[in-house]
Amino acid sequence: MFDDFLFRALIAGIGIALVTGPLGCFVVWRRLSFFGDTLAHSALLGVLLSVAFDLNISLTIFTVSSLIALLLLRLQKTTNLPSDALLGLLSHSSLAVGLVILGFLSFIRFDIMGVLFGDILSVNVNDLLAIWIGGAIILLVLWFIWKPLFASTVNYELAEAEGMNPERVNAIFTILLAALIAISIKMVGLLLITGMLIIPTTMARNLSNNPKQMVILSIIGGLLSVFIGLYTSFEINTSSGPTIVVVALILFILSLIGIRKRNYG
Amino acid sequence: MNNNPNVLVKISNAGIHKNGKWLVKDVNLEIHRGKIVTIIGPNGSGKSTTAKIALGLFKRIEGSVERFTKKISYVPQKVLIDWTLPVRVMDFMVLTEDLEPQEINDALNLTGVDHLISRNLRDLSGGEFQRVLLARAIAKKPELLVLDEPVQGVDFAGEVALYGLIKKISETLNCGILLISHDLHVVMSATDYVVCLNGHVCCSGTPVDVARDKHYKELFGEKSSQLLSIYEHDHDHVHTADGDIVKDNV
Repeated sequence: MFDDFLFRALIAGIGIALVTGPLGCFVVWRRLSFFGDTLAHSALLGVLLSVAFDLNISLTIFTVSSLIALLLLRLQKTTNLPSDALLGLLSHSSLAVGLVILGFLSFIRFDIMGVLFGDILSVNVNDLLAIWIGGAIILLVLWFIWKPLFASTVNYELAEAEGMNPERVNAIFTILLAALIAISIKMVGLLLITGMLIIPTTMARNLSNNPKQMVILSIIGGLLSVFIGLYTSFEINTSSGPTIVVVALILFILSLIGIRKRNYG
Repeated sequence: MNNNPNVLVKISNAGIHKNGKWLVKDVNLEIHRGKIVTIIGPNGSGKSTTAKIALGLFKRIEGSVERFTKKISYVPQKVLIDWTLPVRVMDFMVLTEDLEPQEINDALNLTGVDHLISRNLRDLSGGEFQRVLLARAIAKKPELLVLDEPVQGVDFAGEVALYGLIKKISETLNCGILLISHDLHVVMSATDYVVCLNGHVCCSGTPVDVARDKHYKELFGEKSSQLLSIYEHDHDHVHTADGDIVKDNV
């Protein structure tokens, strides 16, 4: 069964949707969507380094993205530049460095489109293992830091005053995001992973009135996007990553009808 | 370090120096179990900053602060809930500590908002929200309670009731309270110790001492010290010849 590429893609997509749901909620709550983009852009650097030095692709992406994330946290503390400027700086400089390195790698046949938009044909059994084992670890860690992370999302100083360690859980959360990007880049592509994180989540927000409900709905939204998106991409022969994200967008638009029905200003 | 088991927080010569300016300096303050310390002072005088020093929210401070408890509740001056974050009152109540439904209900009941338990935080009025903030803080049964203008936006009748509640909590839970308030008349009636702040500690002491202090009169005007006379009638303590207070002769 694992020989069938569509089946592998489905298993991979389910694994990713289970992780993007809860992580995406925190990304939206904490206004980190641009941050997700920055990590994803830095992933290109990771991909190219792994190709150049023949390293494990997921681990290299994870390492590079984590380093960029921690560098950002460090810069936020030590400079007075606003966060969005710092994000832009890291995002585009890592992208640019990655593209320059790509120029040196002309001897290697390299599918840049696959990295940008994802390629389900390339998902192999090792990738499935990376997604499901990595995903399980991400969810487990998130489960452990849920309470302090949520409290510091609601109010940073309140959480810190009452004995939680917001700085530490923020750093851990950032690393979880880097890990998610590392395991999902092959499937969704670096340009669209933030869409996977955010679109099902914003849909869920429209339909929920408490945090747990929002997490569950955003997982459901992600799963639906994967099912319908993969099926559609297979039927009408479109790229899988973009198709999944388009389905998520349609679900979001439908959720706007729900919000109007609930008469929410 | 600390011999008095009643001391919960001890701030010694503390200050914050930021961008070439002192936000607050030379603060000395102790918070004791079962006592209410109130900080008063004009806008920008460093009241909230001092509360945050007490809570250990600053990484680098001049001087020192020691805390002798971990059971702390904090009501910040401002809590903004983003629209993207759907939080009901019942979710908010267990933000930093898991509580039994009964404990949640009791605390909300005390602040008069138990009927709002399944409402979304964003749908509450300013006064209702403050009551929920206070309920959450006391539901944890803290040993130290830091309240930064806890009754802002609450209607007048509610304000009096909530200050009464705060006083009662300090007695029933035997917890130390650091209160920041603008309501001088309340400060003068329901407080054990007053710190008058204006970038540094202008004067401090019992409400009676502070009201007689010339710094206090300069800051708040002559009239404000007459507030005291209204309350001297209600005082439940006796003064010794030199103005010291012998507490609690109820």
